[in-house]
Amino acid sequence: MNRAIKSRLSTSEMNYFPDEVIEHIFDFIASHRDRNSISLVNKSWHKIERYSRHQVFIGNCYAISPERLIRRFPCLRSLTLKGKPHFADFNLVPHEWGGFLHPWIDALAKGRVGLEELRLKRMVVSDESLELLSRSFVSFKSLVLVSCDGFTTDGLASVAANCRHLRELDLQENEIDDHRGQWLNCFPDTCTTLVSLNFACLKGETNLAALERLVARSPNLKSLKVNRAVPLEALTRLMSCAPQLVDLGVGCYENEPEPESFAKLMAAIKKCTLLRSLSGFSEVAPVCLTAFYPICENLTSLNLSYAAELQGNHLIEFVQFCKRVQRLWILDSIGDKGLEIVASSCKELQELRVFPSDPHDEEDNNTAVTEVGLVAISAGCPKLHSILYFCKQMTNEALITVARNCPNFIRFRLCILEPNKPDPITSQSLDEGFGAIVQACKGLRRLSVSGLLTDKVFLYIGMYAEQLEMLSIAFAGDTDKGMLYVLNGCKKLRKLEIRDSPFGNAALLADVGKYETMRSLWMSSCEVTLGGCKRLARNAPWLNVEIINENESGRMERNEEDEREKVDRLYLYRTVVGTRRDAPPCVTIL
Amino acid sequence: MENVGVCDEFVNLKATELRLGLPGTEDEKQKVSCGKSNKRALPETEKDIESTGKTETASPPKAQIVGWPPVRSYRKNSIQTKKNEAEGQGMYVKVSMDGAPYLRKIDLTMYKQYPELMKSLENMFKFSVGEYFEREGYKGSDFVPTYEDKDGDWMLVGDVPWEMFVSSCKRLRIMKGSEAKGLGCGV
Repeated sequence: MNRAIKSRLSTSEMNYFPDEVIEHIFDFIASHRDRNSISLVNKSWHKIERYSRHQVFIGNCYAISPERLIRRFPCLRSLTLKGKPHFADFNLVPHEWGGFLHPWIDALAKGRVGLEELRLKRMVVSDESLELLSRSFVSFKSLVLVSCDGFTTDGLASVAANCRHLRELDLQENEIDDHRGQWLNCFPDTCTTLVSLNFACLKGETNLAALERLVARSPNLKSLKVNRAVPLEALTRLMSCAPQLVDLGVGCYENEPEPESFAKLMAAIKKCTLLRSLSGFSEVAPVCLTAFYPICENLTSLNLSYAAELQGNHLIEFVQFCKRVQRLWILDSIGDKGLEIVASSCKELQELRVFPSDPHDEEDNNTAVTEVGLVAISAGCPKLHSILYFCKQMTNEALITVARNCPNFIRFRLCILEPNKPDPITSQSLDEGFGAIVQACKGLRRLSVSGLLTDKVFLYIGMYAEQLEMLSIAFAGDTDKGMLYVLNGCKKLRKLEIRDSPFGNAALLADVGKYETMRSLWMSSCEVTLGGCKRLARNAPWLNVEIINENESGRMERNEEDEREKVDRLYLYRTVVGTRRDAPPCVTIL
Repeated sequence: MENVGVCDEFVNLKATELRLGLPGTEDEKQKVSCGKSNKRALPETEKDIESTGKTETASPPKAQIVGWPPVRSYRKNSIQTKKNEAEGQGMYVKVSMDGAPYLRKIDLTMYKQYPELMKSLENMFKFSVGEYFEREGYKGSDFVPTYEDKDGDWMLVGDVPWEMFVSSCKRLRIMKGSEAKGLGCGV
């Protein structure tokens, strides 16, 4: 050991310690970015960091290959992978575009990696992959799937049956084929390690007896989110055998409950003194929400955004007692008045999401929220830092007030339902309003803009949004200048997604090197042409430039004339592994 | 440039059309949307064309833009299902049978599973479907129940989970004879 120290002293003044000590120090550094940074210090640190790295985050599964990942981090235990671009959530990406999990599982299994956790977002997962996963990793503990598709309850059955030490199975908003099977029965009687189980997105019947037995033998269960097929009586029984629950997702109460059932439910709820988070309620008789009054003061997280049955007044009655709530997801049926009450009651509020109950304005109910609600929240909730707000209209004055009230925003996503809508009072664009937001909120990392916007708003964003990492633009801007302001100004920009805006080749090609500092760029229904994209691809071999075609069957033909044709959807991203080989016919990679 | 043309045409149209309401009330709105003449055709102008000039009748359904508003499809589908169920609109689909002179309409939400649906169809058209096998389809009868799904494909009734069937079925057709054999046998 002394020789080791001596040799290090002679090669570098910085390394006073043996490897084991450095590794121990690195253990305290959890953030991916920091670990990436320390791996760049010198070769020795790079090596130590490699072997001590257990958690890896891959924001774009096509930026790297599984083989290279495993070569660099052989001691990998926890992997996060993201697949399809964000706009896939809104049906703008063809179903078969890509993001397949299988090659990753295959490689990890072959590489004998001791995988314990897998977190996936917008990936295509198959039953075969799930089965391979369940058989290949003896210590596998945690599977979290968000907005994935391609699998069925058969895949879940494999995971349940084979993962002996499973602690977490968390399925969030996935499209899963429910084969009405007995996947819950597949958890062996010896499985007692569950901490978190979320199957709220399953659409079929649930074997209630199997579920109850499973919950009863899981003393560490902290989070349970059931699907719509779990009725009130079953829920009561579940809560009775799991009073230690911290996080509960409620199924369905279609009918008005009998007084006796209701009383039993209330009794069970009262015993759940550790309950801090509540969600679900997709079909609820309003009276059932009242059963949760005894614990609502303890709640820090409340998601009623699927409770379409609840009228505004029911929501208000409940939420006003949730004085400690930090995270609130709700429907706009709560109204401006409801938000004013939230503002006066929920002083701990940090994150608010208000979703549209009538996205296509099919009913003329006028229940949507407006700038009034947003201003009230900004004035009443000093800790607010993240907001997603779907509304009917917005004014510059309101946005300026909000900026003044809440300079601490990290995420500010505003969606005015009608595209290009101006300030209804002044008929002007909302440039000044958003300008005020970016100027005041110096820590802003994520921004979505909407309403009538000119190039000027992008000038403001480029000038002031120094920490901005992700920007979403729709139906905005006038000329290429708009996009250029953003690309030139926002030094920390990682993801830029644009739809239906008049930005073209000049903006796309101005600074090709910029895209190497970013994860990805999405442009759909803009003014970029095939010729422009080809030129970009030629000048930037480190990028994958993908053209996604309108009709899903045809490949693009290589004609001279086509160069001037506008590209319907462009998705480009940096990668170290070149063109991917799994693209479907509707995707052309230049 | 062509967008300016669209606006101009529209403005001229409006000058000549007859409508209720005080003159000049619509003009301001028009100025806003035509102000940015170098923009692409706005979905908004399409909407205006649809909704003005029809002040006496209910406004037609607004043109829906793909992927807008940016709400996850999972969430949108959730709300839609709820709406259909809540309003009791049901999911009415046409049913035709080969050889029968008339069509019928049924509400799929009235049934909880396939057997109920089959019984109802059998009663309605006075026939029997035989027995359903996962691999081979329907056996024991000349009649095969099929449906057209969202993608326009003709599928055998019973292959997919009930909920998926209800949400993707556009219409039903009870096939008979040789055509039926092709679809009914393990395709």
